[in-house]
Amino acid sequence: MSAPQPTLSPLTQPYWEALHAGQLTFQKCEECDQAWLPAREACPNCLSIHWERVPAAGTAKVVSWVVYHTAYADHLAARIPYNVAVVELDEGPRMLTSIVGCRSDALLVDARIQLKITAEDGIPLPYFVLSEVNEEVVE
Amino acid sequence: MRGQTVIAGVGNTRYGKHPDRDKIDLIVAAARTALADAGLSKDMVDGVFVKIANAAPSVLYGQKVSEALGLQPKIGCALDQGGAANISLITYAALAIQAGMIDIALVCYGDTARTGSRAVYHRPRGDDAVMGWYSTAAGYAMIHQAYRQRYGTPDEHFGIVAVTARRHGANNPDAHLRVPLSMGQYLQGSYVVEPLRRDDCCLVSDGGAAIILMSNKRARQLGRSRAVPIIGLGQAQESWEVHLRPDLLHTKAADSAETAFRMAGIRREDVSFAQLYDCFTVTVLQTLEDYGLAPRGTAGARALSEGIGVDGWLPLNTAGGLLSESGTPGLQLIIEAVRQMRGEARLQVSSPRFGLVSNQGGSMHTHATLILGQPQ
Repeated sequence: MSAPQPTLSPLTQPYWEALHAGQLTFQKCEECDQAWLPAREACPNCLSIHWERVPAAGTAKVVSWVVYHTAYADHLAARIPYNVAVVELDEGPRMLTSIVGCRSDALLVDARIQLKITAEDGIPLPYFVLSEVNEEVVE
Repeated sequence: MRGQTVIAGVGNTRYGKHPDRDKIDLIVAAARTALADAGLSKDMVDGVFVKIANAAPSVLYGQKVSEALGLQPKIGCALDQGGAANISLITYAALAIQAGMIDIALVCYGDTARTGSRAVYHRPRGDDAVMGWYSTAAGYAMIHQAYRQRYGTPDEHFGIVAVTARRHGANNPDAHLRVPLSMGQYLQGSYVVEPLRRDDCCLVSDGGAAIILMSNKRARQLGRSRAVPIIGLGQAQESWEVHLRPDLLHTKAADSAETAFRMAGIRREDVSFAQLYDCFTVTVLQTLEDYGLAPRGTAGARALSEGIGVDGWLPLNTAGGLLSESGTPGLQLIIEAVRQMRGEARLQVSSPRFGLVSNQGGSMHTHATLILGQPQ
């Protein structure tokens, strides 16, 4: 199994283009203010099709995480052990990501994290790193 | 609905490995046993309800199964609701029976995920696969992590679920994995997707299972005195992917249980045993708490201190569950509950009044609940 590629459609392409340009974006409903990921044609709260794509500040907190010790595809063998985390952007949307640049046992629920877009096989992935604020708390 | 539909027969194949056999042939083998158990000829069945297979799902599956059974049922269908599907199919079959649309229903499942394809359990999960988000186990690992972080749960609280299931399965000659597990062995198990250890994860099994449903009135007419009445049914869907849920530790299992207990008209403490969908150990703790059988964050401590064997606080998964009897999705739990209510289980609970079964699927996306009463 080779590395998966994101689905590119008129709806999803702006998300990936923004990441190429260094920005994580999400959709925000113009009718009810709901903010969401991943891309959908209609607001999952009120079903309005009137929304805008807005940039995220890139700050978020950890909700939960797992550490893969099994490579479920060949291209992941070199990555294990790696973490995948559920995070909540300060603007509200939740997403899956990986928190890089730290040991997985340094992760904590509610730990503050910062966006760090990282290209892998030419795909700009919205990874995160632990914010410095966490280290100050520990010290 | 309460008590109006009965489970009149049950049957299953041995669970484990059935190399070179077709999953539909496993269904036919289980159906033959269930029909014999109910004392029926197959031509009396006019409803065939089947959960789609995890290994190599296909279209028109309800018809392929009916063809192999040599039946042209009035209702023949397949459902995809992940692991909640078997109780949900029982619900729809019971509704069709009570509506007078069909007379006798077969609810069945067969799979060859062990010796055939287990790709579904390892699957890349949508566009998030670019992050390395793969497998069924990872969704439950996410819930397990959230659980242990919120409640400060020691590993033994998860381990007791696996250790007890394996003890029960060791007594079951049809079980896939009959090797007992000690707590020490559990704790030494290697991580699959951390924090899930090897023995937190259910088996991947081949096997077939089937049950026969009819109205209570029909069972009396046929003189089927061992028929076990269905007194409560419920469903509820979580639907949001695990990372999009506002709270990973409150699932719609609560609503599913509430609907079933309300129909049954019984209290939580009236339940004599529970067969809970133990695809992963955390699922059992989470289900006990969502169902209102234990306060939040406490199910594992109580399981460890008071036991969940046949003489324990609440006898759980008395034939071994998905962790030991069979990793097939849930019909075996219903069959064991029927055997308990008939007084025919291998590890029999003393004089059960009411039996509870949970089914759930996805990463706790789908939920269905069944409550059984005593044979009349």
